Amino acid sequence: MQMHKAKRVEITIEAVMESRLTGALEKAGVTGFTVLPVLGGSGRSGKWSREGQVSRAGGMVSVVCIIRPERLDALLEAAFEVVERHIGVVTVTDCEVLRAERF
Amino acid sequence: MDGILALAAGNLLSPIILFFALGLAAAFARSDLSIPEAIAKGMSIYLLFAIGFKGGASVSDHGIDATLILSLVAGLVLSFAIPLIAFAMLRAMTRLNVTDAAAVAGHYGSISIVTFVAATSVIGSAGLSSEGYMVAVAAVMEAPAILSALWLIARYGKAGAGMEEGLMREILLNGSIVLLVGSFLIGWITGAEGMAMISPFIVAPFQGILCLFLLDMGLVAGRGLREARSVLTPGVFLFGVVMPPIGASLGLAAALILGLSTGGTVLFMTLAASASYIAVPAAMRVALPEANPSIYLTLSLGVTFPFNLTLGIPLYLAVASAVTGG
Repeated sequence: MQMHKAKRVEITIEAVMESRLTGALEKAGVTGFTVLPVLGGSGRSGKWSREGQVSRAGGMVSVVCIIRPERLDALLEAAFEVVERHIGVVTVTDCEVLRAERF
Repeated sequence: MDGILALAAGNLLSPIILFFALGLAAAFARSDLSIPEAIAKGMSIYLLFAIGFKGGASVSDHGIDATLILSLVAGLVLSFAIPLIAFAMLRAMTRLNVTDAAAVAGHYGSISIVTFVAATSVIGSAGLSSEGYMVAVAAVMEAPAILSALWLIARYGKAGAGMEEGLMREILLNGSIVLLVGSFLIGWITGAEGMAMISPFIVAPFQGILCLFLLDMGLVAGRGLREARSVLTPGVFLFGVVMPPIGASLGLAAALILGLSTGGTVLFMTLAASASYIAVPAAMRVALPEANPSIYLTLSLGVTFPFNLTLGIPLYLAVASAVTGG
């Protein structure tokens, strides 16, 4: 089966920043993304868990986008403006997709 | 003094406090007890809905007067002013930097609606009633402190921190405020008739659900304290227990000037004494991401909330009763 090269960008960010990030992505022309809940984790800012959060202040979400390689820089620039001052992780990995016209 | 101690002892042995203590103990003992996230959220929605509706129905019963408007103004002024006092105290008592001190100060100008709900339960048990519009005062005291915190940063900290576009709308329209004010208005519009229709749902189960909710709060507070003990220096901890009575004193002064009932005075004191752990932390994460959330969340949820729940509210009740003669 014919496969097409793409980039998978995963941005784990504080839940309070989710709408700002997705808004910035849409503004940069990235209209396809998936938002996933994150159960918990540990990092430079300490341990945390989704369980037992009384507000959205401590929660995290993961925003995943699959895009064509040539659109990666525009996406990262838009994302960086939002995540720069905040807790989070941005990763980019190579992937392949079946239907290139959808990305 | 004996009266205060007797009230405090009676309060400590009430189911709501004992369930809170159970949650704390379970968290410290590393038990796996937990309330599912969706149920905890459902309970907080129920409590806001019930307390808002009851407040509105009470206003409908008793009518409105100039004191309502003046109480709202007093609540706004206190919410703006308390962070300035808290900031000065934090800078004097602790080694927190300007950003952390301003973020913590913002939490103390805002309010904890759960502490308010617990206080309404305590004054109800003491046979006191209060002005129904105190619910509206609670709602207006949520947000102004955030502006004070940002002003403190702009004045004493680094330039550049400020109100991001859309943040104020998010704060003013956060779910808790919309539900609280909306239920209050519906209670006000429908009055005694509306109350009679839904009272089996919002009156009888209220205390039981509050117990379960406080069990969850105990678990959250205990786990937060366990994780973030290192940020609680003696000065920071001391601030967490000294600031509530100072806020309560300001609330008392405002209530006396306004001529509120004894129950209303206790609620005003409680509002001024409590610290936010829902609305303000979320706003601070957006506006001041450099501030350490462990400090403000541990202080407001792990120190001030338990203090107010166990010792603060009975103290405010005793002082208000003595001062107003109630």
